[in-house]
Amino acid sequence: MGLLSDPNRRRALISLLTRLNSPICVVCYMAGVAWFMGLAFEPFTLRTYMSENAMGSTMVEERFPAGERALTTGREFSAHKKKAGGMPVDWLVKTMQARGLEVFTQRFSRKLPFPDENKERYMVKGTNVYGILRAPRAPRTEALVLSAPCTPGDSNNQAVGLLLGLAQYFRNQIYWAKDIIFLVNEHDLIGMQAWLEGYHHTNTTGMDWSPLQGRGGSIQAALSLELSSDVITSMDLVLEGLNGQLPNLDLANLFYAFCQKIGVLCTIQGKLQRNDWDSVSGYSHSVQTMMLMVMKQASGRPWGDHGLFLRYHIEAASIKGINSFRQYKTDVTTIGRLLEGMYRKLNNLLERLHQSYFFYLMPSLSHFVSIGYYMPAFGLLAVILLLRALDLWVQLATPPPRTEDGITDKEQVSSPGVLSVLTPLVISHLTGVALYTLPIQFQEMAVEQFPVSETEAVVLTAIGVYTAGLALPHNTHRLLSGEGTEQGWRVLKLVAVLYLAVLLGCTALINFSLGFILALTLVPVAAFVTPHVPKVLSAFILVILSPACTLLFSVFFFQELQELPVSFQEGWLLYLSVISQGILDHFLYGSLVYPLIALLVYPCWLLFWNILFWK
Amino acid sequence: FDTSAPETVDPSSVPQPKDDFQEELVIRPLHSGDIYASFQFRTVWETDFMRGNKVSHYRLFPKSLGQVISKFSVRELHISFTQGYWRTMQWGQPFQPSPPGAELWVWFQDSAECKVYAAGCVDGTWKELTNVLSGIFCASLNFIDSTNTVQPSASFKPLGIGNETDHRFLRYATLPREIVCTENLTPWKKLLPCGSKAGLAVLLKSEKLFHSSFHSQAVHIRPVCQDWQCKTTSWELRQTLNVVFDLHNSAQGKREWSLFKMFSRTLTEACPLASSSKIYIDITDNPQGEQFEVSPATPLLSQAVVLGDRRTFSVYDLTQQITFGTVRSLNLLIRWKSSEGDMLRPLLHAERYVAGYGLQTGEIHTLMYNNHPYRSFPVLLLDSVPWYLRLYIHTLTVTSKGKDNKPSYIHYQPSKDRLRPHLLEMLVQLPPNSVTEVTVQFERALLKWTEYTPDPNHGFYVGSSVISSLVPSIVAMDTNSTRERPLFSSFFPCKEESSYFVRVYTEPLLVNLPTPDFSMPYNVICLTCTVVAVGYGSLYNLLTRSFQIEEPSPGLAKRIANIIRKMRGVPPL
Repeated sequence: MGLLSDPNRRRALISLLTRLNSPICVVCYMAGVAWFMGLAFEPFTLRTYMSENAMGSTMVEERFPAGERALTTGREFSAHKKKAGGMPVDWLVKTMQARGLEVFTQRFSRKLPFPDENKERYMVKGTNVYGILRAPRAPRTEALVLSAPCTPGDSNNQAVGLLLGLAQYFRNQIYWAKDIIFLVNEHDLIGMQAWLEGYHHTNTTGMDWSPLQGRGGSIQAALSLELSSDVITSMDLVLEGLNGQLPNLDLANLFYAFCQKIGVLCTIQGKLQRNDWDSVSGYSHSVQTMMLMVMKQASGRPWGDHGLFLRYHIEAASIKGINSFRQYKTDVTTIGRLLEGMYRKLNNLLERLHQSYFFYLMPSLSHFVSIGYYMPAFGLLAVILLLRALDLWVQLATPPPRTEDGITDKEQVSSPGVLSVLTPLVISHLTGVALYTLPIQFQEMAVEQFPVSETEAVVLTAIGVYTAGLALPHNTHRLLSGEGTEQGWRVLKLVAVLYLAVLLGCTALINFSLGFILALTLVPVAAFVTPHVPKVLSAFILVILSPACTLLFSVFFFQELQELPVSFQEGWLLYLSVISQGILDHFLYGSLVYPLIALLVYPCWLLFWNILFWK
Repeated sequence: FDTSAPETVDPSSVPQPKDDFQEELVIRPLHSGDIYASFQFRTVWETDFMRGNKVSHYRLFPKSLGQVISKFSVRELHISFTQGYWRTMQWGQPFQPSPPGAELWVWFQDSAECKVYAAGCVDGTWKELTNVLSGIFCASLNFIDSTNTVQPSASFKPLGIGNETDHRFLRYATLPREIVCTENLTPWKKLLPCGSKAGLAVLLKSEKLFHSSFHSQAVHIRPVCQDWQCKTTSWELRQTLNVVFDLHNSAQGKREWSLFKMFSRTLTEACPLASSSKIYIDITDNPQGEQFEVSPATPLLSQAVVLGDRRTFSVYDLTQQITFGTVRSLNLLIRWKSSEGDMLRPLLHAERYVAGYGLQTGEIHTLMYNNHPYRSFPVLLLDSVPWYLRLYIHTLTVTSKGKDNKPSYIHYQPSKDRLRPHLLEMLVQLPPNSVTEVTVQFERALLKWTEYTPDPNHGFYVGSSVISSLVPSIVAMDTNSTRERPLFSSFFPCKEESSYFVRVYTEPLLVNLPTPDFSMPYNVICLTCTVVAVGYGSLYNLLTRSFQIEEPSPGLAKRIANIIRKMRGVPPL
């Protein structure tokens, strides 16, 4: 800091930074991207290791024997589900009671803001059934949760069967120190949301639910089980939760450790682990795995029923059984033993899971990238904004090289400066508010006026408002009295650049992936845009790099990563449904990505759009 | 019914002091298929610890406790150690309720030396007493201090004789975290006259007692009347042990219980020092033997009014040789014929939980169920909350059936940080067939770093709420105290015929406080110091000061020259 308090050296440093500003920015951008791509390279990452002592060193035996019986129960459940045309509440209650659990039910209902076309639901009514295995000689202060969603159709019956089988087996064991809650939730995430809100007696999303009767104290960990076939080839671990929250890494370590011990193939993001990290294909495999995690995390939506637990500081993950056409098959007994082992170790916990990382990316199940390693990639991108801001600040501070009337000129500039900054700021944020509120408000009107369904109406209104926002410069200029000055756009750009830096910084702290993806597209925009660049070309680039187009590319990229490429037509439809899902996630579960984009990121981008068309 | 037991006291012993020992085991088959066994050992001694005369000759009464009574002027002492939570919805009411963990409440004597500075004097005695008891029972009772001790004004009245009810002489504390195990059972067994050598106490084997769903052991000391005229008082020591064996864990799902299966022992004799030694089996739900069968059968039946209900018991008198039959050992067997287990609807039932998420605020919900179809009754709710949960007492709401239910009596003592807990006592009328919800919001305090428990911790415990009530009984209570009654039915004194006393404990709470990550204090300290020293200091410097290049101050000659030049009107050098 002595460097800065010496005016001479400060001047030298600043002149260096302003002179070489553009090259430094380019280098930083390249370095940021390169750093990020390097994260997936195995020698640069850490091996996962169990940090929690209570789960690491202690030995447990897995003896669950009753896989076949669990499958029979699953088939019985399926038959009763078909008969009841939904959740077979009475049968489940009776079955759980017969296994010696304390059984309770919870009814809930929710009217969606607009119909969900993916899952075909609008007015949702359902019942959750849960049974509590009371730990002997424990005072009901701690609990673990095992849940299996009751989904319509033929899927997930085996998961419920295995859940009931495990309940029966666990009930006969003496070693439990924590209550275990076996939950079968209807309407997947909506039911889970209702149950969690009921359990914690909060109401964040305006859902109707009946209060819970039985509780097990504070929940320490939860697993959600999805299993749709009698034999499986691999188990997939899903970690990404609401708003990009992740469970403690020890939960993933635990899963991996038991998969290794029992000999079950395990995957993350559906990708098996490979040993050839030094080959190009091995590297690109781990890049794919990591990018999938980044995309999923950035979406901010819960990727399994576990996702909603994380808000309550409950470590949770989903485990999905996958039956692909591999040779190696695993039966349900083995999966039961896997879960038994995991629950026994979780039961041993003496404290909440907190020893390991909460912020990480996983290029494979055995390797992880911690926050200390991935943050520099974002930092390198964010520093570009600060450098540009410094450059602008210096340009504003040094008076233009006019000697006589410089002083009077400056005074004239500064007074419209406030208005010329404030007007676009206010207008762009009003557009953002419109983008946030109008789609839901106007859906009925739109349905009456145009031949579209409610969901289409919402999505098309959103796109319409978004596009209408592009007329912002026109509106601003109408409001502004005089001509925009040279100083004016610099002040506006300075404000916009700093605004974007703060916005991205905060986003990256909470949800690194979202922050990084936004930075990747918005930082170049913020860096190069001035009123003096060629209009048409720049406008095109600006639109390409706007949040909506980023989302569109992300949809295609995500499909590509999953090795399910789509045509443009399908991709567009997918894009529309992703928008509607995003809006629904916000209203149903409190996902923050939609309001973040609509209320903050989009207005910020509009400011740059405004600068481009500065007169 | 009572076949008066033959006097087993050695005739050669001196007539003074007069003491008496009784032992008793009640077995109650529960609806759920579990089985509840409740032991009671009662020693009554007609003596006076208080009147200055030093009692030195002990026979049946344990000396360690006698000395505690006389040294600390204890008038009543109740201590319980419980592992597990009593499941009211499945098991009904217990004979002696107790909260999970350790509970201790003591009434002190209004002694002469404590007259003036009662509170301070009692506090000192209480501190010493907890330390002594901690040694006697091998428990962490020494963790009882002013931050978890309260003086309830109404919930805990003396159970023995005595008219002093000034709550300055009462101390109540719970340790919800206390773990009860063999080390607590052994000193408890040593207080028995026969130890675990003979009588019912041979059944108390820790490997079986701690292989159960619920385990609770307690010691109650109180002064009682010698006879119905109450001219002389004697001291009563009751040692109780309650245990519930689980159908699924202990019996492998078979609905068949025997003494051997429960305790891995059978009975061969009564304690020779006991004046009465009996086993009661609750057969009320089974008058014709359609639910379960008991073998060997006994002709002796007894009726007693317990917890507002008239129950029928089969009685096995261990002082009679015939009870043991030809094999000279008694192994009671209970075999179910039907298998159905429904949830019970006990008249009074309560539960408690913490609502909300995040580490800043929260809300404690206490639910009290009155399942009586048409009678409302008042309950006393006692809540003792540690100081680090800062209760917002203005948010206290009591609602029944969606309507505000104003408590007729509220005693609230706010907490003092690091000194004393919150104490909240309320008298609430529970309407018939209703759920009453008491909610109060709290804020989690940020502790000093030494105040956190050592690293492995589940969170911070908040002790159970206590709900005490006179519940309307189904049958008229037996208030005739002269008649001989089984021990388990005579613990809480009842004055009224139409209601009986019930105490219900809610589950303890586990609350997470905002905890810094102690695993890297060094990193945190380094980072903080660096940020403060380098970052903040220099940034502040840069922001508040403006820097300019200072000309070196001119020499004296140059200054004089400049003055001259100025006078001449020439620009300075």
